[in-house]
Order: sequence, then C-alpha cells, then structure tokens
Amino acid sequence: MTPVAAPFDVARVREDFPILAREYAPGKPITYLDSGNTSQKPRQVVDAIADHYLQHNANVARAMHLLGAEATEAYENARAKVAGFIGANRPEEVVFVGNASAGLNLAAHTLGAGLGPGDEIVISVMEHHSNIVPWQMLAERTGATLRWFDITDEGRLDLSDESLINERTKIVSVTWVSNVLGTVNPIAGIAERAHAFGATVVVDASQGVPHLPTDVSALGVDLFVFTSHKMLGPTGLGVVWGRYDLLAELPPFLGGGEMIEVVRMTGSTYAAPPARFEAGTPPIVQAVGLGAAVDYLSAIGMPAIAEREHQLVEYALAGLATVPGLRLLGPTTSHNRGGALAFRIDDIHPHDVSQLLDSRGIAIRGGHHCARPLHERLGVQSSSRASVYLYNTEAEIDTLVDALNWTTDFFKGR
Amino acid sequence: MDVNALYQDIILEHYRAKSNSGLREPYQAEVHHVNPSCGDELTLRVNLDGDQVVDVSYLGEGCSISQASTSIMTELVIGHGLAHGLELYEEFKEMMHGQGKVELDEDRFEDAIAFHGVAKFPARVKCALLGWSAFADAAHQATEGQGADR
Repeated sequence: MTPVAAPFDVARVREDFPILAREYAPGKPITYLDSGNTSQKPRQVVDAIADHYLQHNANVARAMHLLGAEATEAYENARAKVAGFIGANRPEEVVFVGNASAGLNLAAHTLGAGLGPGDEIVISVMEHHSNIVPWQMLAERTGATLRWFDITDEGRLDLSDESLINERTKIVSVTWVSNVLGTVNPIAGIAERAHAFGATVVVDASQGVPHLPTDVSALGVDLFVFTSHKMLGPTGLGVVWGRYDLLAELPPFLGGGEMIEVVRMTGSTYAAPPARFEAGTPPIVQAVGLGAAVDYLSAIGMPAIAEREHQLVEYALAGLATVPGLRLLGPTTSHNRGGALAFRIDDIHPHDVSQLLDSRGIAIRGGHHCARPLHERLGVQSSSRASVYLYNTEAEIDTLVDALNWTTDFFKGR
Repeated sequence: MDVNALYQDIILEHYRAKSNSGLREPYQAEVHHVNPSCGDELTLRVNLDGDQVVDVSYLGEGCSISQASTSIMTELVIGHGLAHGLELYEEFKEMMHGQGKVELDEDRFEDAIAFHGVAKFPARVKCALLGWSAFADAAHQATEGQGADR
C-alpha cells in the first residue's frame, strides 16, 4: 500500500528544526543553504539519540544483559529501517561504516584485491575526492589503469565514448548526483553497460539518497555508498549497501573485533556479511539516529520531498539567473537536476562571496567542494555553492538572490 | 559582523587594480603557494641584486584579501633592502596574528595598515599572509642560490 503524501507543509517541517530559527542578529534568522555539506537534524533524530544514550546504552552483539539486548535490537532495527528505505532485499545487505569515504575505501580495497596491470577502473571527472582518491590509490597499488568519464558542456556525464567501458574494465564507480553540478546521472544504463563486460558497479549516492526515492534493485548496481549526516542523521556513520552474494564473496577490509568467526594463532576465519565489514564497536547511536531520520523522511514521503525540492530548484534557478555576472555550473534547467547550485560571479572570488553572505546570516559553501578535477575541467579555480533541502523556502532563495546582488554592488560599484 | 571593517576601500582598490601583477624576467627564485581551504593560488618570483629587492612579480588567483595583500606587499618591498622587506613581513605577521590588538606604523606600512581589520577574522588571516610568506620563501631560496654561486 502506498501512502498518499499530504500536501507538503514546509512551515510544519521547519518547526522540527529548532536551529533554523537561530538568529545571527536580533530579529534576523539565519538562512541555511549548505545542506549539501551537511543537513540539519530534526528534533526527532536528536531525541532518539538522547533516548538511546539515556535509556538503552550498552555495547552491541556481545553484552549478555538487558541493556545489551536493547542496544543490539536498536542497532539491528536501524539496519532493517535503512534496508527498507533503499529497497534492499534483506537487512544483511546493509553495512554500517564511519562515513561515505570509509565506505568507498572499503569498496576499493575489497573489490580491488585481485586487480593487476591491464585491468581498468572507470570513474568520472565530476566525482567528489572521496570517489577519486581511493581508486587512484588502488591503481597505484595494483598497476591497474584509472580511466575517466568526461562531462558535456551542459554538465552532464558524457557517455559518447563507447570504448571507455570495455572487456578490460573491472570496476565502474560513479556518483548518482553531483555535489557541484547537481546532475542526476543515468545509473541504470551505466550499470547495464558495465555488467555486459562483467565489471562491478559502485555508486557514490551521498547526494542522491537524501533527496530521491531510492531503489537499489531498480538501479541495478552492486555496491552503493551514502552517508547519514546529509540525510538528517548524525555524523560518524556511512552506509554501504551491497548485493548479498557479492558481499559474501568479498574479503574483509579492516580486521578486528566482531568481524571474525574463529581466531586462532595460526589464522582466522571471518564472519558472514554484514559483520565481516564491521570491525570494532560500530557507530551504534549513530545508526539509531539514522533510523529515526529514515522514519522522519518516510513519514513525509521521499516522492513528496523530491517533488518539493524540484520546485525549489526551479525557483532558485530562475532567481540566480537574474544576478548580473552570475554563471551557473551545471545544468540550467531542473530536468534530472538535484539541489546543488554552484556558481561563479565575474571577478568576485567565492571566498569573498561566502564572507559577504555570512554577514547576512546566509550559509553557503565556497571553494572546490572536494571536486578539484571537476573545477579544472570547467576552467575555474573554485565556486560558490548553495544547496537546498526539504526545509528550505522560496523566501530563503529570495534572501540569497538579494544578498548576491548586494555582493556584486559591494565589490564593483561601491 | 561589519564587512566594511574587513573590506576597507584600500583593499578593494588593490583587488580591482593589482600593482606589479604578472610574471617577469629575470628572477632568481620562483615559488608556488596555495591555500588549500579556499583554493587561493599564487606563483611569485623575486629578482635580487645583492641585498636589494629589484623586482617581485606574481600571478595569483584568489580572494580580494589575498590579492590585495600581495599587491601592497610588492609596493612595500620592491626597491628596498631585502632585510627591510623581511622585517616588514615579521611585523605584518605579528599584527595579523594579534586579533586586532597589534597596530602597524602607517609611515612604514602605508596601505598595508588596512589589514588591521582582517586580523579580527581568523579565517582570513591565511589569505592576508599568502603573498608575504611566498615572498619570504622565494627570497630565502634566491639568497641561498646566490650564496652557492659565490
């Protein structure tokens, strides 16, 4: 049964985020447009974390007492919630790690164990550093070759080079949604092509899962990595989803407690997934917090959230287009476009833009956004980036546009 | 936060029209300094004649604070003794780390006194020092090179 989403009530949503009422000066609220960096947390998530620490705290999977059982149940419930949220076949396909970078390093180490010279890894120029550097390091360790998808002038993935994925390709790792351009990539098609050559497909979904309805089966990928803190959950938790039969084949990454079956002085055998990949005390309360975040997002409904953000992005694109000298990086239409809105303003450095906006309580990000190769490809050194989420309003976009016009005047016409 | 205290007119003027910008020959040392947090980049050359700074040339891309500071630095050091330039660098650095409590002597620092306001913004201190530290680095490399020649 599909619940029918109520009309999206942003004012009601904002009540759950006390931080959005913070003032930077008396009577002047902050404008938070940096959710692509990290999202704010609703009261429900913070309460779930506090309740767990204050009422159920113990270590998981080994403590033979009441609190240990409750903590274990809470941790495993969170795994089941996350599995349901992304359309996984079973909770054991969900591995909890420290953050998305840890997840992508896990992917590179485990998938890369058998690579050698002549093998190819394909990534794209629009990747975040966390989906570049682990593969560069893997290529250095194994002698495999790293190859890159380019982008089109519009900022879409350039799929025209059909020879890029070929019989030498062992791993294809691309982002679902660009953290700079906002581009939503056609993952299912890329996965189909990669699978035709027997390659394994990894997706960095850090900017996708928070914003779009997610069905890992429909995307047809093998490993899928995202992070809690960009989807209303706490920091300190990343998620790796993997097809169970693939996870069962992969070697461990980190060794330690809880990832073993039997440890002898002569050698050890390893636990089945997901425990095999969760060495050490896991991020327990973070998982509980993410479970609460998933409940929160599900109660509103991801289709409703995606539709709302689509409206907001359309509104923002129209507003930004009115700022003199502003050039948007990435698609200028809202078609297949997420909520990252990166831009340059002629002759004003992003660091100065951020400073001026901060003086009006507006939070955006300036710099290369951990995507230096992309900025080099675009011929710019850095950019400013506003990013939206379910709690943002059209009024906040107006505040941004006004402040950008003021910034332009400040630097050019004062 | 008062942005006018940070962005003094002198700073914006130098940002719009940088002094001594562009890379020139001859030079004894060239350095490339970056500010990884915001991506400011600066390539800077020094041309020394003995202990005199004959020229400082540079190519920079970065925020108004880093660009204006580099521009003003070149005006203060070109045509003077190297020891004088390095002394100014030490004093400027001390002022920038002084959170607004250290004053510069206007007669010696001229336009650079405009950076007094920047010292109250810890995130921008690195920007203001980028050009100066590149100059000191290049000058040291150049003098080491001269020593080796002799």
